[in-house]
Amino acid sequence: MTELRESLIRKRYAAERRFRIYGASALVLTAVFLALLLASIVWQAVPAFTEKSVILDVVIDPAEADPANPAAGNYDGMVKAALKQVLPDAKSRAERKALNGLLSSGAGDELRRLVIADPALIGQTVTLPVLLSADATLYLKGLQTRVAVSAGASPVTLAPAEGGEGFVLSGPGVSSKPGLSPGQIVMSGSAALRITAIESGTASAEALTPIDASLSALTPGNWKTLSFSAPEADRRTSDLQATWLEQLKDAGRIETGFAWRFFTAGDSREPELAGIRGALVGSLLTVAVALALALPLGVAAAIYLEQFAPKNRLTDLIEVNINNLAAVPSIIFGLLGLAVFLNFFGMPRSAPVVGGLVLALLVLPTIIIASRAALKAVPPSITEAALGVGASHQQAVFHHVLPLALPGIMTGTILGLARAFGETAPLLMIGMVAFIADVPHGFTDAATVLPVQVFLWSDLPELAFKNKTAAAIIVLLGVLFILNAAAIYLRRRFERRW
Amino acid sequence: MNAAVPYQTVVTPASPRIMAERPMKITARGVDVYYGDKHAINQLSIDIPDRAVSAFIGPSGCGKSTFLRAINRMNDTIPSCRVTGDIVIDGEDIYDSKLDVVQLRARVGMVFQKPNPFPKAIYENVAYGPRIHGMAKNKAELDVIVEQSLRKAGLWEEVKDRLAHPGTGLSGGQQQRLCIARAIAVNPEVILMDEPCSALDPIATAKIEELIDELRQNYCIVIVTHSMQQAARVSQLTAFFHLGTLVEYGDTDEMFTAPQEKRTQDYITGRFG
Amino acid sequence: MSDHIVKAYDEDLAQLKTMLAQMGGLVEQQLDDAIDALYRRDTALADLVIQNDEKVDTLEHQVEEKAILTIAKRQPVARDLREIMVAIRVASDLERIGDLAKNTAKRTHAMSDQLPRKLMAGVTRMGRMAQAELKGILDAYARSDAAMALEVWRSDEDLDALYNSIFRELLTYMMEDPRNISLCTHLLFGAKNMERIGDHATNIAENIHYLVHGKPLAEGRPKKDVTSSLRIEGFNPSDE
Repeated sequence: MTELRESLIRKRYAAERRFRIYGASALVLTAVFLALLLASIVWQAVPAFTEKSVILDVVIDPAEADPANPAAGNYDGMVKAALKQVLPDAKSRAERKALNGLLSSGAGDELRRLVIADPALIGQTVTLPVLLSADATLYLKGLQTRVAVSAGASPVTLAPAEGGEGFVLSGPGVSSKPGLSPGQIVMSGSAALRITAIESGTASAEALTPIDASLSALTPGNWKTLSFSAPEADRRTSDLQATWLEQLKDAGRIETGFAWRFFTAGDSREPELAGIRGALVGSLLTVAVALALALPLGVAAAIYLEQFAPKNRLTDLIEVNINNLAAVPSIIFGLLGLAVFLNFFGMPRSAPVVGGLVLALLVLPTIIIASRAALKAVPPSITEAALGVGASHQQAVFHHVLPLALPGIMTGTILGLARAFGETAPLLMIGMVAFIADVPHGFTDAATVLPVQVFLWSDLPELAFKNKTAAAIIVLLGVLFILNAAAIYLRRRFERRW
Repeated sequence: MNAAVPYQTVVTPASPRIMAERPMKITARGVDVYYGDKHAINQLSIDIPDRAVSAFIGPSGCGKSTFLRAINRMNDTIPSCRVTGDIVIDGEDIYDSKLDVVQLRARVGMVFQKPNPFPKAIYENVAYGPRIHGMAKNKAELDVIVEQSLRKAGLWEEVKDRLAHPGTGLSGGQQQRLCIARAIAVNPEVILMDEPCSALDPIATAKIEELIDELRQNYCIVIVTHSMQQAARVSQLTAFFHLGTLVEYGDTDEMFTAPQEKRTQDYITGRFG
Repeated sequence: MSDHIVKAYDEDLAQLKTMLAQMGGLVEQQLDDAIDALYRRDTALADLVIQNDEKVDTLEHQVEEKAILTIAKRQPVARDLREIMVAIRVASDLERIGDLAKNTAKRTHAMSDQLPRKLMAGVTRMGRMAQAELKGILDAYARSDAAMALEVWRSDEDLDALYNSIFRELLTYMMEDPRNISLCTHLLFGAKNMERIGDHATNIAENIHYLVHGKPLAEGRPKKDVTSSLRIEGFNPSDE
């Protein structure tokens, strides 16, 4: 008997232990996945929060900018001219194009803003950081063109090749480790050579930039090599551009700053100019419309159903349908919005007001269900107490039950809004998926929303947009986190115990 | 036990004495209460005097609470509940369609089983009723009503310094007295109490019982209780309910020394079953 | 009457009843012995009666304790409450009856053989009547029979009537010969004791009526003992 009992006890303990282990491992696994996901997103997103600029001394040419109309000036031209001042080597048309390609297409914008703010600057020289292009930025961040920069450790002698183009490099630096190899670029100051071949301790090289005739010996610490993992043809940054960027870096002209632009700019085709402000404002407008519609409607419906409606077939049917509505795929609501709001009522396409209407429909059942649960959680003794002192049913509900249910209702509403915030599919159907560069200013302006922006960016081929996508996801997660935290705070703060 | 066994309402010879001393407040004649198909109260007739405590006792499900809640039409909140027959308070049929149920509930206050103060300030708890009934023209008048009600409920000295504190922070007994103060505040004629001490410890119970005894001077009090001793202690009249009928109703002193009905005797001596 | 839901409550009440039955039996025995002792002038038996009275007192205390404990524990109401209250009162009456029996037994020592049999016979007859009354009332109590108790209650009239006649008789004896006074006084007290026992029996009868009906007996008590207001003819101290 006792033996049997003991074995049963042992089995029971073992079962309990096993169950605890299962639970703990499930938790750990989930936590690991979540951590991996977050880490990978954060890892990808970090570069999007910094931007690289080149510090240039720009001459604001009075010929190019009219003080009477400073906005119309050719500031891009001035900025490009300033860059050419720094890197005067670009001679050919193709080279000039490559040089200008280092700068963002919005490079002159900052200068324009400065001049508009203070037209007296015209005719003066200003030193300001000028935004680099996405490719240049990526090169500098080491994200796109994989480049290894190593300082020359041994002396190398440089001599013009006999009978022809190019140069011959010799000396211990050529063969002793790490040595040189074809495709590498040897740089010293503004001089840059590309190694074309290695033959028995000497290397043939071609000049990328004009080589000063006096340059014949490269002493250690005075030169460096750039070695690329991919051939020039496969790279977005050419050898020449790389040498220019290296020169700028060596000259201390490259500046790294926090990318405020990401939060202040609208969408753009250029990754370095693209920001989420448009999408964020679009989201806020859309959700504001959804909230303004769904909260009063949802709470009113919940109060009526919970407190006043007679219990009969019809209300049962309504109840079942509200619960079912919460489970309807969101794309269906998008189709409904398309059919009813756009096609039937002829409302503007891509507008937050339509998005808000659709999202309101989407979160309405959630709010009704949450509000009903909150109302139901108020003990009937409170209603009875109010009725007992001669309050009417409506007074009992509005004076006592509703205030007590409000934290629960708010929590449910915030969670509903969080869902609306993250919703993409229905908004695709009503045209909020378009490329919209302007930040919307009203409920009827064309707009897009955060999750849709994520979707749009994730589709673009530019590597820089991958980082932007991750950054946008982080912003979206941040907003959702704040909403959820608010919900938890409300619940904790106002939760009543009976 | 067969529900069909007809019980005759017995009014013991001593009760006319109590009846004669006090004016009659509530008169019920042939009252039936149904919850859907369930016949909760069957042909109940009773006369409840003013300025006395009448206790309803009986086993669970005997209909005593149901009848109590019929007196201020609290049963109206239950959709399936139906009441027939006459319940008259001061000559006025309370189930008359012309009667405003909200006004009725102001006249017939109620105290519930579990103390249920509003989760608001003590002051607000008491002031709520007078406020919705427009009983005070200004804050000063309201203050007076609140203080008087709390004094009558024997709670003033304990809470006068913390009127702004939530009523739910009081002890169980204090909460129940707050609920009584809240009921008194709207100046009712009748106070119904549905097992007011069942959630309280003996000391708190004693305080409530003392309070009930004081309130009896000015109100018609009807109390439902599961504690026979409590009924014996606080009431002047006791009604014994069983299976939806009034088995015996009479002088409490008689009920607990020499009840007329064997069923009453069996119940109060603990032989039911 | 059906049982309580709490069985221990029933046991408490049953125990109380058993203790009273025991006490009743003991008191009956005491009375019987006291009468026998008086009749036979058996001083040894009289001493036994005196000794045994302590047992009656002890039992009364036990009944009281049990009753108080039951009240404290069960908070009895209605019939149960009456049952317990009546038990206390009956116990007290029985204790008094026991005392009276003891008192009668004590007087055996004062008796002498010179006493005329005739005189003795009257007192013992009263004793037997009182004994019958006690037995009847104990039966009525055991059965909670109010009708039977009422019968006993009525029969007390006869005992009182007998007492009156014996009183007169003894007075006559005393007046005839002052030497008889001491003896007759003892006999008179014995007779009075029996009369008191009858009174206690009627008390018990009234309690049984209250126990069963829940209200006091409405009729007046059939008190036929007129000796307290009897004027003694021809005997006036001022005449001497």
